[in-house]
Amino acid sequence: MIRPVNPDSLLIIIPAFNEEGAIASVVREVHQFVPGVEVLVIDDCSTDSTIAAARAAGAHVLPVPHHLGLGGCVQAGYKLAWELGYSYVIRVDGDGQHDPRDIPRVFEKLRSSGCEMVIGSRFVTANGSRTGTVRSFGIRFFRLVLRPILGKPVHDPTSGFVGVNRRALNVFRSSFPLDYPEIEALVVLQRRRFRFEEVPCKMRPRTTGRSSITALKSLYYVVHVLLGVFVNVLKFERRLHLPQRRPEEEK
Amino acid sequence: MDRLLNVTTVLSVILLLLILISVRRAHIRVEYSVTWLVAAVAMLVLSRSRPLLDTVRNLAGLPDSPLTLFLLGAGVFLLMFFRFSVIISHLRDDNIALAQRVAILEYHIQDLKDHEKQEA
Repeated sequence: MIRPVNPDSLLIIIPAFNEEGAIASVVREVHQFVPGVEVLVIDDCSTDSTIAAARAAGAHVLPVPHHLGLGGCVQAGYKLAWELGYSYVIRVDGDGQHDPRDIPRVFEKLRSSGCEMVIGSRFVTANGSRTGTVRSFGIRFFRLVLRPILGKPVHDPTSGFVGVNRRALNVFRSSFPLDYPEIEALVVLQRRRFRFEEVPCKMRPRTTGRSSITALKSLYYVVHVLLGVFVNVLKFERRLHLPQRRPEEEK
Repeated sequence: MDRLLNVTTVLSVILLLLILISVRRAHIRVEYSVTWLVAAVAMLVLSRSRPLLDTVRNLAGLPDSPLTLFLLGAGVFLLMFFRFSVIISHLRDDNIALAQRVAILEYHIQDLKDHEKQEA
């Protein structure tokens, strides 16, 4: 059973769907670079041996009863982390693209900045990470869309390498986008006057499997996320009338 | 015009029978059949009552009766599709929340079982 061992306890969650080729090495790497931290793999009803591979590598597994999609899986992890009393949760993808060596940096930023979300970003500094043409165009587009909404620039809005604290967990356990959650989640937090920071991280090329967002799905992705962003903006418009957050609230 | 009205009547009767049979066999729940039944009966009445159709046409300011019938049918079915989209969205949200709860409870149960084994 995973249990928080101290007030600053961190849980690593890894949503996975048919990632038997990569999940074991991701879990081992996390244990190697972040020793003593519990790893929870949320299995989205994989048809391969993802669960067995994750358990063999030393992870705890939360299998969901039917396919929920990425957002549903991540939210299940957030709900369990909240119930168990974790203070921080960092999400790492199960395909090995996120380098677990960057986890301590994200965690440190979460603790030291006091902001609710820290994004592991490919583009804060030039670090050699490469993205495809279509995805690169999408990221640039959403940077432009999000800039006025968030009130500050976000370099890598589609990054799934994300750390959150308990305040964000409290929000996400009841309100989390189910499809393509990364961009909408930023807006959900911003509407509640929460803050986010980015730290430079390196993304590695995928070693097994294929991305769920193909070139054909990209257009649907853009429309879907754009709609989700504006729905969230409209949903919480009353925030404009809320008082400014005081420093003692941030502690 | 009469032919179109007759076709509409036949379609309405088929729809009505289909809904009643589906409700009887429990393929569709009663609360979701009401909207369909109302739509089918409305189409049936309009297709059999020329004066009523003409009244509706005049009220809507439409040039002819077939167009009135078509627009009414399209409007009713659009509203029904919208209603079902709302219902499906709610069901999907509930379904995901339930699946997450089941997964978390199963996790806790497994933990208790492991704990019992260790104590034994």
